Amino acid sequence: MAAGRTASRAAQALILAVVVGLLALLVTTTADHLQQRGIRSGFDFLLEPAGFSIGESLLPVEAEDSTLRAFAAGLLNTLRVALPGALLATLIGVLAGFGRLADNPLVRGLASAYVNAFRNIPLLLQLLAWYFLLTDLLPATDAALRVAPGVFLSKSGLALPWWVDGALEIPEPGGFGIDGGARLTPEYLAILLGLTFYSAAYIAETLRGAVEALPPGQRLSALALGMTPRQAFVLVLLPQAWRAALPPVTSQLLNLFKNASLAVAIGYPDLVSVAGTSLNQTGRAIECLAIVIAVYLLLSLLAAALSHRLEQRALRGQAA
Amino acid sequence: MSRLKAALAALALVSTPALAGKTLDAIKAKGQIACGVSTGVIGFSAADSQGQWKGLDVDVCKALAAAVLGDANKVRWVPLNSQQRFTALQSGEVDILSRNTTWSLTRDAALGLHFTAVTYYDGQGFLVARKSKVTSAKQLKNAEICVQSGTTTEKNLSDYFRTQGIKVKPVVFEKFEPSIKAFFSGRCQAYTTDASALAFIRTKEAPNPDDYVVLPEIISKEPLGPAVRRGDDEWFAVVKWTINALIEAEELGITQAKVDSLKASPDPAVQRFLGVGEDLGKSLGLDREWAARAVKAVGNYGEIFNRNVGADSPLKLPRGLNAQWNKGGILYAPPLR
Repeated sequence: MAAGRTASRAAQALILAVVVGLLALLVTTTADHLQQRGIRSGFDFLLEPAGFSIGESLLPVEAEDSTLRAFAAGLLNTLRVALPGALLATLIGVLAGFGRLADNPLVRGLASAYVNAFRNIPLLLQLLAWYFLLTDLLPATDAALRVAPGVFLSKSGLALPWWVDGALEIPEPGGFGIDGGARLTPEYLAILLGLTFYSAAYIAETLRGAVEALPPGQRLSALALGMTPRQAFVLVLLPQAWRAALPPVTSQLLNLFKNASLAVAIGYPDLVSVAGTSLNQTGRAIECLAIVIAVYLLLSLLAAALSHRLEQRALRGQAA
Repeated sequence: MSRLKAALAALALVSTPALAGKTLDAIKAKGQIACGVSTGVIGFSAADSQGQWKGLDVDVCKALAAAVLGDANKVRWVPLNSQQRFTALQSGEVDILSRNTTWSLTRDAALGLHFTAVTYYDGQGFLVARKSKVTSAKQLKNAEICVQSGTTTEKNLSDYFRTQGIKVKPVVFEKFEPSIKAFFSGRCQAYTTDASALAFIRTKEAPNPDDYVVLPEIISKEPLGPAVRRGDDEWFAVVKWTINALIEAEELGITQAKVDSLKASPDPAVQRFLGVGEDLGKSLGLDREWAARAVKAVGNYGEIFNRNVGADSPLKLPRGLNAQWNKGGILYAPPLR
């Protein structure tokens, strides 16, 4: 028994050594080849001026700022879409999931129409559709729609009052469209809407599946105890279904984060977009891709660890 | 353990790069030139409805195939997007990158490649809607400018407006179609790219070309030309001198139609060019009729220009800087002698 365990440990160690060895070989060979071919490599370009500016960013980036700052701004832009997107997708997904289970045939029909349409159209097409819908339908920048005092809607997006340098700045019509305040551009709105509705459809389906997978006796017992159907759903079915649904839902939210990398298709300056531009400025293809891969991997692993802890807690709740 | 070592050694062997140099020999052995082109830029490199590649950059590769292999059709076309292009050349996937690529110091010195010659002098400009009443790029303060990623365009944009002390907001798209669709829907106040492409976008993509104007400012120098891998001077020379031959042919009045009849010309320069007198091909590792075959396959530079981007094409671009040095342009081929 003990001998078997030792042998298995040794085998594992050997496999690990081989994998690490191969990776090291890959890195050193690549570096050698780049040098042989006279291609400059390394990450020094991160500290050099980016040479380009980013139009839409929480962290302003001008040409003289470092490439590192541009990457940070790209990552912030990714998170600016992914975090609200995850929140909204969960909300809409839960609502649509309930809709799929509703007794009312109209609600049920609408919910399944939504889920089927959005689950079965490729996300990239949905993003382009949202984007062109927004840019075509919204009024021209010089004829912006005043939705509320200080809130304007036009082809350049939704302009809102916002604190700038400690004072509330109210947007107003200026040279090209609307100046001042904060702006949610059509690119941002399109990627946010696209990711939210796409992921919410999957979340809805997961929830429905989780509720329907519960033994029918659960609902019947609850009803027998004198609960109303609504009470039975909220107090008995949902808490159990939620636990079963948690792992697939978190993996769906992770997908949402990764799918945010499609933003470049509709002109939103996310991490991938910034990496692509840097790649073209510097020619450091391997380095730029490595950064994107590392960032996505790191954040995904972090999110996975977080969701694992949530699951553990949910399971403990079940045991208690 | 020794088996593992052997495996690692084998892997290292497999992953050793193909030896640089002798591209010309490899091309002759394969009977084919691998030519990296764009995924579709009308006038420069684009596949037509029959799947035939057409354009100025395409004709450069055809001329090379004619000069080296005696057949302009012995080309394998490899469409590359702007992010793949340098890697494809560096790794040996293509023998030549003939893909509207700007020659710059960084690209020439740090990417393991060599630009050979300029085949088109371009510059970056702006397209705006006529009704915006903008007549100069200097009026674009706070404007949003649509741009396609993956070129020197974003950098030029930053440089230019920094010099002007004006802030603009670039809206950067990965692909061409969404970028111009966004511009024509009114999302941006201006669109920027190379002037040659702006002409095409205005005439072919705009709902109504008269509603749009190209601004007078040209904000950058964009010398476009083919590049080859570093470390193979022979192949570098073949590409460079084939392009020079196409330019020289125009200056000497050697056209596609007259290549054969001009062999009787008394002009020594024409004779040399056509391989009647001296054998210029030999020093390049080619035969004496290499240049004659190149011109016979695709015509001289002037014919290539007119057919693809000039007067006989939908783009109708003026010769401008791309005219011969003695006709008001800056095209100047070193002498073939």
